[in-house]
Amino acid sequence: MNYGYYSSVALVSSVVVYLLAFFAHAAEWASARRIGVAEPAVERELVTAGARSSASGSGSASTGVREPLVAGPDDELADRRIEQFGRIGVMLTVIGFALSVIGVVGRGLAADRGPWGNMYEFTTTALVCVVAAYLLMVWRAGLGWLGLPVTLLATVANGLAVTVFYVAVAPLVPALHSVWFLIHITAASISAAAFNVGGLLSILYIVKKRAEDKGEVRGYLARIPSSRRIDLITYRFHAFAFPLWTFTVAAGAIWAEYAWGRYWGWDPKETWALVTWVIYACYLHARSTAGWRGTKAAVIAIVGLASFWFNFIGVNLLVSGLHSYAGV
Amino acid sequence: MTDTQTRPPGHADGPDDPRPETAGPDLPRLGWRGTLRFLWAQLTSMRTALVLLFALAVAAVPGSLIPQRHISPVRVSDFLTQHPTLGPIYDKVGLFSVYTSPWFSAVYLLLFVSLVGCIVPRLGVYARALRAQPPRTPRNLGRLPAYARAEVGADEAEGVLERAAADLRRQHYRVRVVEGPNGASVAAERGYLREAGNLVFHISLLVLLLGVAVGALWGYRGSSVVVVGQGFSNSVTQYDDLSAGGWFRAPNLKPFNVVVKDFQVAFETGPVQTGAARLFKADVDVTDAPGEPTRSEVLEVNHPLHVDGSTVHLIGHGYAPVVTVKDGQGNVAFSGPVIFLPQDGNFTSAGVVKVPDARPQRLAFQGFFLPTAVVDAQGPRSVFPDAYDPKLFVNVWSGPPAKETGKPENVYSLDTTGLTQLKNDKGDIVRLALSPGQGVDLPNGLGSVQLDGWSRWVKLQVGDSPGAPIALVAIGFAVAGLCLSLFVRPRRVWVRVARGTTPDDADDAVGADDAPRVIEVGGLDRADARGGLTDDVDDLAARLAGRSDEERART
Repeated sequence: MNYGYYSSVALVSSVVVYLLAFFAHAAEWASARRIGVAEPAVERELVTAGARSSASGSGSASTGVREPLVAGPDDELADRRIEQFGRIGVMLTVIGFALSVIGVVGRGLAADRGPWGNMYEFTTTALVCVVAAYLLMVWRAGLGWLGLPVTLLATVANGLAVTVFYVAVAPLVPALHSVWFLIHITAASISAAAFNVGGLLSILYIVKKRAEDKGEVRGYLARIPSSRRIDLITYRFHAFAFPLWTFTVAAGAIWAEYAWGRYWGWDPKETWALVTWVIYACYLHARSTAGWRGTKAAVIAIVGLASFWFNFIGVNLLVSGLHSYAGV
Repeated sequence: MTDTQTRPPGHADGPDDPRPETAGPDLPRLGWRGTLRFLWAQLTSMRTALVLLFALAVAAVPGSLIPQRHISPVRVSDFLTQHPTLGPIYDKVGLFSVYTSPWFSAVYLLLFVSLVGCIVPRLGVYARALRAQPPRTPRNLGRLPAYARAEVGADEAEGVLERAAADLRRQHYRVRVVEGPNGASVAAERGYLREAGNLVFHISLLVLLLGVAVGALWGYRGSSVVVVGQGFSNSVTQYDDLSAGGWFRAPNLKPFNVVVKDFQVAFETGPVQTGAARLFKADVDVTDAPGEPTRSEVLEVNHPLHVDGSTVHLIGHGYAPVVTVKDGQGNVAFSGPVIFLPQDGNFTSAGVVKVPDARPQRLAFQGFFLPTAVVDAQGPRSVFPDAYDPKLFVNVWSGPPAKETGKPENVYSLDTTGLTQLKNDKGDIVRLALSPGQGVDLPNGLGSVQLDGWSRWVKLQVGDSPGAPIALVAIGFAVAGLCLSLFVRPRRVWVRVARGTTPDDADDAVGADDAPRVIEVGGLDRADARGGLTDDVDDLAARLAGRSDEERART
């Protein structure tokens, strides 16, 4: 059986399905556009009064979240539509995820090794981790509202992988024949997943916080948790990813000692891994420094993610170094 | 005491200054001691640490984009020739050796000083916190982030606090029973390991720096190109390049010997990734010290050889054409393999065969060895890294014999002083193309040259990084400490039993022994990364009230 062929077909299909999921989530956001829009004065008073009574004690009134209220048949319809589109989006994401898992596993079978020997394989593997993390969070913690950015990321990244980064199945160069190939890159893809979800959350945090500060939380933003809560979830993703990234860099250093006889040589990839590490260290410190919490910390997290991507794409394609395994 | 405060000129408080001393915002006088303390406080503040971390990230970037001397000196000199104005400026500010430059060192040293200043006081605080008891119960537990209460009868309230203490101890809380004006209460705290992990992480970074420093001071690393069939002895003269730390001493090199018996390579011949490396494997004989028995080892990428504290890595390979040159008098003036350096992924290899002993004219051959040669519009080049159709393309230089100066010269490049390029009768430059086994007579009776065949060479890197084990242990502790500091979630819980029906009128009910009792449980998380505080507090209250979960659900 031609695993390589089926793997490619599955991955290309996953891009299409992720794109459809993205459309579904876009429709979900669009359906919510009228929620929270200022209503005539009388009705508004009613709405806020109701909100207070229905949300008593939960503290949501102070954080600016207005409970989506059923004020009339129109809103009820909109509510149902939002939920329907959301469900369709998640269902499509599950299908896209299944396809990309088939693609990555097929690739591994075709190459008879871990499917992360070049940029194409690493991107698709890391995206499996990203979407897995997202779906897990949807299932366990109700993070369905992250659907739009995650499916966008999955579409763009997997799309880039199958078009720009694609290389045919081939064995590894001798430099990658090592047990650290398994350890180093598995850790890298899992932390990549957590950093990416964390970065998306940071963007949502900034958007939500701006709306809250202006006092104009409307549309789909009114349906996602408060900025305080998003900040907390963002922190958890980064707190998970940071030690793992530290381990990834350390494992890379150990491997480098075996492969090149020095554990740190300021190769561009190593340098950018450290830069990324330092920026995320900044994020963790900023979160506990007065005057740096909130939006500033979120911006640092996004800069960290940008550095992570540059280390992956920029360093592989633009800078020459020892980690030139893109094969593109 | 010196007044370190500066004021703008014209604002000096002269004797005829009509303004009183207190006019205007006057900063407190610090004195030099105070100034130092102020600077130290600034340096060790979190803000400064943040700025220094940013600075470190930014400072590290140019080294990845601009060629670095210690990685590829060739690319640095290329850069200097390509940018005649910018290059010297870069050189002056140390952009070609970023990671050893004063400004980069300044950033990380300041960062580590700031780190020391941050953790030393925290060590003391933590040592005290370890011995301290949980803080006493706040008056109003209802104001805590999580609060639960349960009513029980007066008889049921007996021993609630004891059960609470036992319950919390089982959950690894540090517990104390507090006697207060409102009666006894239980105060409990856990999660002390968070700060411990944080401290361990930061101290590990210091140890890591120490490990790196040890490696930089006592370590050495050098490389040597060895033609297959020949050997390498570990002494300074055998190295092509050797970089060592300041406190490294050459006599410390262990006198081992490595003979490369065979070197196998394989390249991808299929349609995908054609020419990519697939196998590098060297069979070597190792002698630990002169006179000791020889053992056979296999040296591969990712499988270095450990010899007597040093490691030997296989980091490169290439071709060495085997050439025999006869001079104009018919004597063999040179015979043997000559190391050519690969110029591209297909091992188009450049090199020079120098024959200073040829008479009447000394000779030199400069050109390329191509493992799989093609000649097309771009000139001769190799199209595959393996030797399928090897050819040697050279130009010939000749000149009067030169005096031996003993001055070292680069074996890979030709100094053409005193040499002229050989031309044929028509005045064209002589270009020789030799296949293995092929020989050619040189014009003007200068002699002949033959390509006998070719060998491979391997580049061996020998080194010792004495700080590596320290760094490894440090990074292990750093990761463990990091996990503790991010995942251990400190929490405080208080339990109080009060008389009365609500916390507000509890005081009024004092004395009424048969009045119903209220168990109050309050909880406080001292770090972000935790959920479920409310649930845990509710559960504890229910457990203490002796209710099962179903009963709780009903009430």
